[in-house]
Amino acid sequence: MTFMDLINFYFVPGVVLGSIYALGAVGITLVFGILRFAHLAHGDLATFGAFAALAFVTALGVSVWVALPLAMVAAGAVAIGLDRYFYDYLRERPKILTVMASLGIALMLRAIVQVFWGVDTETYTRGIVRPESYWGLRIRDRELYTFVAMFAIVGVLWVFLQNTKWGKAMRAMSDNPDLALLSGVDNRKVTMLTWAIVGMLCAAAGFFLGLNTELKALMGWTMLLPMFAAAILGGVGRVEGAVIGGLIIGVVEEMSVLVIPSEYKAALAFAILLLILLVRPTGLLKGKVL
Amino acid sequence: MELIGLANYAVYMAIFIGIYAILALGLNIQWGFTGLFNAGIAGFFAVGAYASSVFTSPAADGRLGGYDLPIVVGWIGAMVCAALIAWPIGKVCLRFRSDYLAIATIGVAEIIRLVVKSEGWMTGGARGINNVPRPFGELPYFQSQLAYLALIIAVVGLVYFLVERQIKAPWGRMMRAIRDNEAAAAAMGKDIEQRRLEAFVFGAALMGLGGALFAHFNRSITPEAIDPMVATFLIWIMLILGGSGNNRGAILGVAVVWIIWSMSELVTDQLPQEYAIKAKYMRIFIIGLMLQLVLRFRPEGILPEPDYSNHEKKKKVPDANKASDASAAE
Repeated sequence: MTFMDLINFYFVPGVVLGSIYALGAVGITLVFGILRFAHLAHGDLATFGAFAALAFVTALGVSVWVALPLAMVAAGAVAIGLDRYFYDYLRERPKILTVMASLGIALMLRAIVQVFWGVDTETYTRGIVRPESYWGLRIRDRELYTFVAMFAIVGVLWVFLQNTKWGKAMRAMSDNPDLALLSGVDNRKVTMLTWAIVGMLCAAAGFFLGLNTELKALMGWTMLLPMFAAAILGGVGRVEGAVIGGLIIGVVEEMSVLVIPSEYKAALAFAILLLILLVRPTGLLKGKVL
Repeated sequence: MELIGLANYAVYMAIFIGIYAILALGLNIQWGFTGLFNAGIAGFFAVGAYASSVFTSPAADGRLGGYDLPIVVGWIGAMVCAALIAWPIGKVCLRFRSDYLAIATIGVAEIIRLVVKSEGWMTGGARGINNVPRPFGELPYFQSQLAYLALIIAVVGLVYFLVERQIKAPWGRMMRAIRDNEAAAAAMGKDIEQRRLEAFVFGAALMGLGGALFAHFNRSITPEAIDPMVATFLIWIMLILGGSGNNRGAILGVAVVWIIWSMSELVTDQLPQEYAIKAKYMRIFIIGLMLQLVLRFRPEGILPEPDYSNHEKKKKVPDANKASDASAAE
């Protein structure tokens, strides 16, 4: 195997998968950092977002690139609703109860997808796409779009968090919720805003996974562990850490096929998670430890 | 005829309630008394089921086995194997808040599922392990079911007795102290990590035992026998609804949820094919919703955790009142 083969068959798919994990991991790190609990329904919210995009494509006949923002809005609204009706009233109780509630929500979201869309696998577009060659580097268009879109979405989020009033409020709440409240930050509004962003990121992650592979009811659940591993690897609460973590996990997963049986690809995220908790629980870029 | 069918069904249900009761008691040690979130119950269950099956089943081509050990040895082996898997996970994750344990146990369950599917030399792959011996299996059908039920009741009784004893002992008091106020317990010099690890491993061992009882009852174990998420989630809703921190509540919750779950299956099976599949997922939706409602409106469950600490005070307080009443009257 030449070096170019290694890049084309393992590294490029790894980066694409990593970009998808990164989108999910940024959402996880926001919930972990600002609302301070592990959101176990994250993967299934991504599944919901992916199928919502499919619904827009089939019902309205629009292109997938129009369906993506629509699905993001839909998933953002669902996320706000989940918080409003299921998570918010557990605010004053131990956080672990919210984690438990989110496990129930994961099951409910998946059941909704299975009832409405059935259990067959679906795709956004039919037909085989051949990769284009860029000086020996073989990349499909959709892979390129995934990578670019991930950086665009996270970039917008980054600018928002650094420069706007509400972005600063979110960061303040992540650092110290009581102090933020005393400084006049409306915790309720920041929580809703966080959920809206998290829902949108979930939908984007699910959409790109569906675009690059196929849509099925369990697609999000299987992404949950790599996304958490990415968020913790990067440092909880660190957006740029989640992106780095996601890319590392994606590339390592795809490359691992060279040394371990491919059935155990999914076990790798778990191994990385345990390793990072053992040696450096704050993650690569110093994050929080709950 | 009708009556015999009904009796058969009742015994069958009771056996499952017994198996789930052991899992719920194991979870109660982890969650109810210690506050540890284990989202991988099905993983420990599978380890127990496969371990006991491998130890006790006759030899088969192409996979590990043929040890033909006594069933009791299989059960003990199941508990030891589940505990051995729980130990390193607990060792790494219990230093942090339970969120990390939740994620890690999801991962463990997932990996155990992968191992079961792909390591055919050990687990028989997709075919699973058959010819697992069943205690009293040589009796006629109904007697055999009844005898197995009696055995399960004995095991549940024993486990209940041991857990109850342990919880009332100083160990249980210490666990509740750690759960309710970690900092105070640490200040009293309690080794929190070690105590949590004990609870996690002990609970996992019971889940392994539950798996073993299931495999011997079914005479076989295959990867399809358990849907990891649904099995794990059912145990959770059983414990939360019944009353976490209360062993009788846990068993009651198992009975209530299992009866509702099985009855609803009987109902949905009557539906035409195209609705039956949707109804299956609607049932899952409803147990998810049930958890939300219990957490919101009755978080302590049907039978709340008993107030262990005031046991002796309550006896003394009326006496003191009487004495003061008497002195006031004089």
